Amino acid sequence: MEKFHPFLYLSFIPAFEEYPGVLYTWVVMAFLIAVAVAATRALQTIPYGTQNVLETLFEGVNGFMQGALGPQGKPYFPLIFTLAVYLYLNNVIGILPGAMAPTSNVNTNIGCALTVFFATHYIGFKKSGLGYFKHFTGPIIWLAPLMVPIELISHLARPLSLTLRLFGNITGEELVLGVLMLLCLQIFLPLPWAMQLFAMFGSFIQAFVFVLLSMIYIAGSLEGHEHDEHGHEGAHAH
Amino acid sequence: MKLLTSLGLALTALAVLAGDALAAAAAAGAADSEVLKWRMISSAFALAIAAAAGAIGQSMSISSALEGTARNPGAGGDLRVSMIIGLALIESLVIYTFVICLIIVLG
Repeated sequence: MEKFHPFLYLSFIPAFEEYPGVLYTWVVMAFLIAVAVAATRALQTIPYGTQNVLETLFEGVNGFMQGALGPQGKPYFPLIFTLAVYLYLNNVIGILPGAMAPTSNVNTNIGCALTVFFATHYIGFKKSGLGYFKHFTGPIIWLAPLMVPIELISHLARPLSLTLRLFGNITGEELVLGVLMLLCLQIFLPLPWAMQLFAMFGSFIQAFVFVLLSMIYIAGSLEGHEHDEHGHEGAHAH
Repeated sequence: MKLLTSLGLALTALAVLAGDALAAAAAAGAADSEVLKWRMISSAFALAIAAAAGAIGQSMSISSALEGTARNPGAGGDLRVSMIIGLALIESLVIYTFVICLIIVLG
């Protein structure tokens, strides 16, 4: 997708000139590590500054996750929080002119989506052992020949849909921003401010949706053998 | 502010110059312009139809969620989360069309 990015700030670094997505992923990672170090270097009981911001974020995501998963979802908070912060920053770095959103490259997204895919199945096996296979056989045992292929396809479609949704949205945003950038020159505006603000909102929504669907998939793996109303809705959302 | 504006103008000018070079390369590379023309037309129509249908579906879900919230404001939070999930699922179909259009135009 570097076709859409005729000009990048960091394209002078020789080893990465063909892989700008990797390069900007490293930028995001460096930023996250720097913020984490700055926030936790001197922890205080009454938080201030960076620590305050991070704690607000942490509590917001945690509260939302308690609502979606309940207390049994607590061990999976690090996965969800990491995905949320990482994906949001990866999406939002694309609104800077001369920077590229790593999520507009399909490889970044499929990495995250496969992580969620394997994590949900690992969590399910750890929770209910071999009984986890009953998730795939449907509510009645003699319906299993019908249900198993459907469930298998439905489970395999999850990483595909997670990947392509994020990829398409962020690529579309980047394309629109690029086109508006060219138009802005015609009317002597420096930057497409309005679309950049909207792209920030869209980045947030996309990271939120990715994380929300991951939570629903984890909830589907954690539920018991009986399909209650909420879990059934979650198991078929993809 | 003046500095910011001139910086933005300089960046945009760079982008435009690079974009012109890119367009020239694309024009030279398009051996079969007839196929390219139909690629453009078909992908534009595909995306237009997908966007229209997706917009109708999303508007129905949003209006139902708003009606529900107006009748029972207490259920607003749950409704909003379910609505966002539904919107994402509807939107992903449009996005699939967009990805296929990208493949048609670029591939």
